[in-house]
Amino acid sequence: MSAETMSVFSPALAARFDLLVEKYPLRRSALVPMLLYAQDEIGYLSDAVISEIAHRIGITELDVRNVATYYSMLRFKPVGRYNIQVCTNISCMLRGAYDLFDRFQEELNIGNKGVTPDKIFSLEEVECIGACCWAPAIQVNYDFHDELKPELVPGLLDGYRGRALAESEAKNA
Amino acid sequence: MPRLVSHPDEVKIVTKRFGLGAAEINRYVELGGYESAKKCLAQGPEWIIEEMKASSLRGRGGAGFPTGMKWSFVPKQSAKPKYVLVNGDESEPGTCKDHLIFLHDPHSVIEGTIIAGLAIGSKLGFIYLRGEYRYLIEIMEKAVADAYAKGFLGKNIFGSDTEFNIITQTGAGAYEVGEESALMESLEGKRGVPRIKPPFPAVVGLYGGPTVINNAETIATVPHVIAMGGAAYAAVGTPRNGGTRLFCLSGHVERPGVYELPMGYNLRKMIYEVAGGVRGGGKLKAVVPGGSSTPVLLPEEIDIGMDFDQVGKAGSMLGSGGVVVIDDTTCIVEFALRTISFYQHESCGRCIPCREGTDWLKKSLTRFHAGFGEAKDIDNIQYLAENMMGRTFCPLGDAAAMPTLGFVKKFRKEFEDHLNGKPCPFAKHVEIAMV
Repeated sequence: MSAETMSVFSPALAARFDLLVEKYPLRRSALVPMLLYAQDEIGYLSDAVISEIAHRIGITELDVRNVATYYSMLRFKPVGRYNIQVCTNISCMLRGAYDLFDRFQEELNIGNKGVTPDKIFSLEEVECIGACCWAPAIQVNYDFHDELKPELVPGLLDGYRGRALAESEAKNA
Repeated sequence: MPRLVSHPDEVKIVTKRFGLGAAEINRYVELGGYESAKKCLAQGPEWIIEEMKASSLRGRGGAGFPTGMKWSFVPKQSAKPKYVLVNGDESEPGTCKDHLIFLHDPHSVIEGTIIAGLAIGSKLGFIYLRGEYRYLIEIMEKAVADAYAKGFLGKNIFGSDTEFNIITQTGAGAYEVGEESALMESLEGKRGVPRIKPPFPAVVGLYGGPTVINNAETIATVPHVIAMGGAAYAAVGTPRNGGTRLFCLSGHVERPGVYELPMGYNLRKMIYEVAGGVRGGGKLKAVVPGGSSTPVLLPEEIDIGMDFDQVGKAGSMLGSGGVVVIDDTTCIVEFALRTISFYQHESCGRCIPCREGTDWLKKSLTRFHAGFGEAKDIDNIQYLAENMMGRTFCPLGDAAAMPTLGFVKKFRKEFEDHLNGKPCPFAKHVEIAMV
């Protein structure tokens, strides 16, 4: 990328990517981290994101898509501002993960991989997130919530809803 | 922040700095940190490898390969650069020990990586963490930056003329990437599909160079082995199974948590004393001893020492240290279904026995659990699983087949109880929604 203005990314992320591709013995080692960090900023891997990453690394868009479709955290359409990932794998299942997942579905009125109409929340059943001894565990974006009980779900959602409102107010101010 | 637990039977070696603020570099140094790396720098590679061999430390990722021997396989002379790769892709269901190491003691991972680098003559190490561990990646990145600032990493480590660098790397969601060759593929910016072996990574690994790949817990143990001396570390465990291990007790126990216990610690004691027994005074039904891929043990089979050899002799595996305890309110068919659903979801699809096998097993078990099974399905499930064993590039096929075989063989009666349209006897039907 010659000029920052051409980038789909913020100047900070574009600068980070400039360093990242030079860090490894091979440029394309930066691919998986770049896809994830790009998704964190843009929300999903749009055509423009894929195109720019392909260009930055020096590989084809098809090659980027081929890699991106392998990894379960990478997505090609937007999710909610707060993506709720409920682990239902064995350790969490034994401690009530499906009751928890049901409660989220009821409270949000969406199913697996659904997005709320206000786009604040999305919900996803996920595989083991490495919090087995603190089950049942969930992640909201990257934040872990350990030993969560269904009755704590409404309060948790209220907290994130408040954050989302504060964020949009700050943006409009 | 994940809860820390403790028990008087614990021998705290790897966990001894947990909860003491050792993620901060000055605190780590104050607690004796980086002394082992300095000692190794003075002693040289042969001495390091001999200490590691004497420690009988075996790989904590699951396979249990002796670490010292693994390092000794790397050729001394190599036209291509050599690499150290730390596997922090921790994804085996039931396992969350590396999570705590990255959180509480990131510098032990860095120090262990430096020592591995010195042992094999490498100038570059990678610490690869699963993408879901973003907050831990940030902790590791800060720790690495602090180590550079102190001169512990870089062109002249600890004021010597030896160079060593570390790059932290994030994954983006893939169990398969925990397999060493798939991990290298991912780090090279590709799909995490395994490579056929040989050649082994010690000869042709990352970027084609000789590569040592160790689990994060193994690497975090290395500085302690050096500090204690290999023989002293070995003496903590059982023969050929040196030291301690971080056991992740989860499921239906009273006090779940990560406990550091000597290798060979009795499994029954681990469940009933260390973890406080089955929750609510319930009845034990089964134990998955080493992460979801290891065959299940019955209550009468748990009077065993938890080391690689004894658990192997009992027909299962010590695996990754994830001890999942199951009480008698649990439907084993449902548990088997949830287990296979995971492997079906994670199979990369390259090897047909794994791709097709996991898919058919999931379909069969889904139908079976819903009450639409037939008697022949039980044998069919077993036949399918048996035919996956040993027929795939990487161990994912085995990892899916082994637990399934265990459930069918040891809980055949429970499978039979689901037959002929009967509902699940536990009446708690769960829709497995994963696709």
